[in-house]
Amino acid sequence: MNSWVDQGVILSIRPHGENGGIISLLTQNHGRYSGYVYGAKSSKMRGILEIGNVVRAEWQSKDFEGLGKYDIELDSNNIVNIMDNPKKLLTLQSLCTLVDKTLPEREEHVNIYNSVIAMLDSFNNDMWEAVYVYWEIGLLKELGFGLDLDKCAVTGTTEKLSHISPKTGRAVCEIEAEPYKDKLLELPKFLNPNIENLEEIDIFAGLRLTGYFLQSRIFDNYNKLLPDVRLRLLNKYS
Amino acid sequence: MASEIENLIKALAKLPTIGPRSAKSIALKMLTKKQDLMHPLVIAMEQAIKNTTICSICNNLDAINPCHICQDNRRDQSTICVVEKISDLWALEGTKSYKGLYHVLGGVLSALDGITPDDLDIPNLVTRSQNPNVKEVIIALNTSIDGQATMYYLTDYLELSNVEITVPSRGVPMGGELDHLDDGTLITALNSRKQIEN
Repeated sequence: MNSWVDQGVILSIRPHGENGGIISLLTQNHGRYSGYVYGAKSSKMRGILEIGNVVRAEWQSKDFEGLGKYDIELDSNNIVNIMDNPKKLLTLQSLCTLVDKTLPEREEHVNIYNSVIAMLDSFNNDMWEAVYVYWEIGLLKELGFGLDLDKCAVTGTTEKLSHISPKTGRAVCEIEAEPYKDKLLELPKFLNPNIENLEEIDIFAGLRLTGYFLQSRIFDNYNKLLPDVRLRLLNKYS
Repeated sequence: MASEIENLIKALAKLPTIGPRSAKSIALKMLTKKQDLMHPLVIAMEQAIKNTTICSICNNLDAINPCHICQDNRRDQSTICVVEKISDLWALEGTKSYKGLYHVLGGVLSALDGITPDDLDIPNLVTRSQNPNVKEVIIALNTSIDGQATMYYLTDYLELSNVEITVPSRGVPMGGELDHLDDGTLITALNSRKQIEN
């Protein structure tokens, strides 16, 4: 019998059969891994099997190629305190859906795992919305489509960066961006380290920016649109 | 085994909670007691197929359209309780304590199951909530992530209607022992505590 024990974040749950379910976990050392959970619909398991919860998972299978079965124990419940906040709820759904739909299965992604845990912790922080935009930028980078936001692609300056090129994903400073403003994407102010105040319009600009690159760099390759929940998150700030 | 019997077993095995072994056992019982079990079942099923329909107002299952709940003028016409599926309506109706109207949404938003707002009966709910007689909409969806996200989605739509939007309270269930409850239920129950009235 092949098995391992790891900590993981629940990304998705699909009902399977009368009482079971197939869950997808983002584990610390084994990447995104699916498995069958017996009794997933039982009242005991329902509170545990919610996306965003961190669990201790034991995976077992006769062979490593098989789906395998999970034994799950709750480690920390991250959803209770965000259930009453529609934006946090949508953000959590968007986070889990994006990881579930973009990350290849059974490939170790420690950086993504750590960033998801950090994002879950940041829901208690006032700047959680900005952290989420940073998290999506990090996801793009981890998947090989990093954005260059440190310096202007034309002049090399690090001052007054205002836009980003949709073609190259590189930042452009205010003066160089001026003639092409309608073709460039606006850089949210909070990506500038000197900005302290966070406004909804900046979050919208950030989500639109990362949404554009998630669509064009990743989802276009599968001929798919951004997940509906991610679109609803953007609409929440528009 | 005759193909007729095999077909019956296969059809029974498709029903919820019935596996192939149970299906065989049920089929055998029915075939050996045709008059007592099978004929009444066949008649009941034929009548159900012929006479049941989905209510065009609330999506309830009934023998008449609109359903008897929507037609009953004695019920509180100022309150609509939104539920995910018909079994939820039956559960609430079974309590005999709610006397208002219902609206069966037909599911909850789920990114993974591909259920989008277009799959839910939201337009009819919005139209119904804009009726001047309606004062309150109770959103009684499951306290899961998908259920709560759907609740907030509906709230955005219903904000335009001049109705009070409420949700059932969450917390310790009747007869629940605190040391057996999960963390989520306990935290929610503590967050929504209320003062004891003397």
